[in-house]
Amino acid sequence: MKELVVVSGKGGTGKTSLVGAFAALCKNAVLADCDVDAADLHLILQPEIQEQHEFYGGHKAQIRPEKCNRCGKCLEVCRFEAINEFKVNSFSCEGCGVCSRACPEEAIVMAEHLSGHWFISATPYGPLVHARLGLAEDNSGKLVAQVRQMAKTVAFDQKKDLILTDGPPGIGCPVISAITGADLVLVVAEPTVAGLHDLGRVLDLTAYFRIPALVCLNKWDLAPEKSEEIETYCRERGAEVAGKIPFDVEVFKAVASGRPLVEVSQGPAAQAVQELWLKLQTRIGGD
Amino acid sequence: MRVAIASGKGGTGKTTIAVNLAKTLAEDGPVRFLDCDVEEPNAHLFLRPTFQERKGVALLVPQIDAEKCTGCGLCSRVCAFHALAVVGGKVITFPELCHGCGGCSLFCPTGAIHEIPKKIGVVENGLAGKISFSHGRLEVGSALVPPLIKAVKKQVHADRIVILDAPPGTSCPVVATVAGCDYCLLVTEPTPFGRHDLDLAVGMARELGIPCGVVLNRAGDGDEIIEDYCAREGLPLLLKIPFDRRYAACYAAGNLLVEEFPSWQEVFKDLWREIERRAGA
Repeated sequence: MKELVVVSGKGGTGKTSLVGAFAALCKNAVLADCDVDAADLHLILQPEIQEQHEFYGGHKAQIRPEKCNRCGKCLEVCRFEAINEFKVNSFSCEGCGVCSRACPEEAIVMAEHLSGHWFISATPYGPLVHARLGLAEDNSGKLVAQVRQMAKTVAFDQKKDLILTDGPPGIGCPVISAITGADLVLVVAEPTVAGLHDLGRVLDLTAYFRIPALVCLNKWDLAPEKSEEIETYCRERGAEVAGKIPFDVEVFKAVASGRPLVEVSQGPAAQAVQELWLKLQTRIGGD
Repeated sequence: MRVAIASGKGGTGKTTIAVNLAKTLAEDGPVRFLDCDVEEPNAHLFLRPTFQERKGVALLVPQIDAEKCTGCGLCSRVCAFHALAVVGGKVITFPELCHGCGGCSLFCPTGAIHEIPKKIGVVENGLAGKISFSHGRLEVGSALVPPLIKAVKKQVHADRIVILDAPPGTSCPVVATVAGCDYCLLVTEPTPFGRHDLDLAVGMARELGIPCGVVLNRAGDGDEIIEDYCAREGLPLLLKIPFDRRYAACYAAGNLLVEEFPSWQEVFKDLWREIERRAGA
């Protein structure tokens, strides 16, 4: 079983549109949406939810006022400025439990905290494992790990040979959680100064974890010179640009209609995506 | 007055709005700019500050004194993040999982744990004209983002106007950025992705009790999807920026809209007046 994760560093470069198109092209995959913070893949794949599970990512401190004698020990030990006026601010509380252990009156309990949900769904393109982190929650990395673990279980049970994952933006905790141990990462970049900057950071990250990475330039013809610059940059650091997708309004139409690009278009972007997919298939199957 | 520029979805134009707003306001007085997207900071590419100061930001992680450690394992039971484990009577640490709560060293019965700093990133301060600029850069491979964002926010002193460029999403890095702000601008685009993630961002702002308004970027085709949403939710749609290949090219090259197309300055001034009015400043 192989795992391909699509990431970007910079947000909004076209990860989800691309993964949606790949989903329609690949025949025997489990799909996973690891952008649990702002999950959008379901808007293209139109899943029918079959299983829903609660996700408890950690604990939050709760002070029992009837036991609290306001000694101030909790304020002293909390490093997250999460306690004000002997009340816990649950946005700041990291669930470390130090206050609870330090409290001489045993007035602080650590309560399990529901921080999101995860789902197993059926789509026309195969099973989809996805999640929804609660608003303003933490522990997205743990939820990503949960989604990946479930995707593996589903792939094993249903004898799928590929897990195709839509990853989160950035280089922090959810991204690390999404890519560690994957077989191949595809980085989607856009031809802008910010796109180049962020591509460099995410390639540093894949190198740090020693995960093979390919690059795809999206909307490359919107700024051909910048694309050229990014290609040179990739060549210099030994990263292969596996695909170049032109700007094409049909991509927006596909998103607006909630369907994978390759199902609604034969245009230049759809063709480029198909070529890229063939390349990825060879790469991921060929070792 | 602290205004955060956020969005659920990435790539909708947060940085574009933030840098153009800051540049416009700096015509009339000093502005503090904080790029809180420490994973992928971009604002410096547009404002091009001269950096004068660079400070490392560290997290305190445990170090075990093998001579004092009895291998009792209390530290691994105390740690909520699985950053310590006892293997064969010895404690091993996983600093990349540590949140720096200090519990292990505080509760170790033999005083065998002391804390050492582990670098998670840097804060850089500089000037871009009248803009006092600060951003954070997360160390590659480091997972922990909120402490670095908090360090960036500590660069604010007696500034009258603070513009904060937030990371995408709706979880802890965004909360760390937006918390304590007077107003939140949410930037979106007229697509189902844009609307879906705007809805999440609005939920986040409401959860934190921060008033918010919407900026619709790349407008022109299918704007109703956002207009209808805003009307239904009672949210003000404060600004629309039409999709224009010239604007896209301006952004791609790292240039400012208000410099290449000066008529936008008035628009951003109006936007600020509207924010001030709505934030009740």
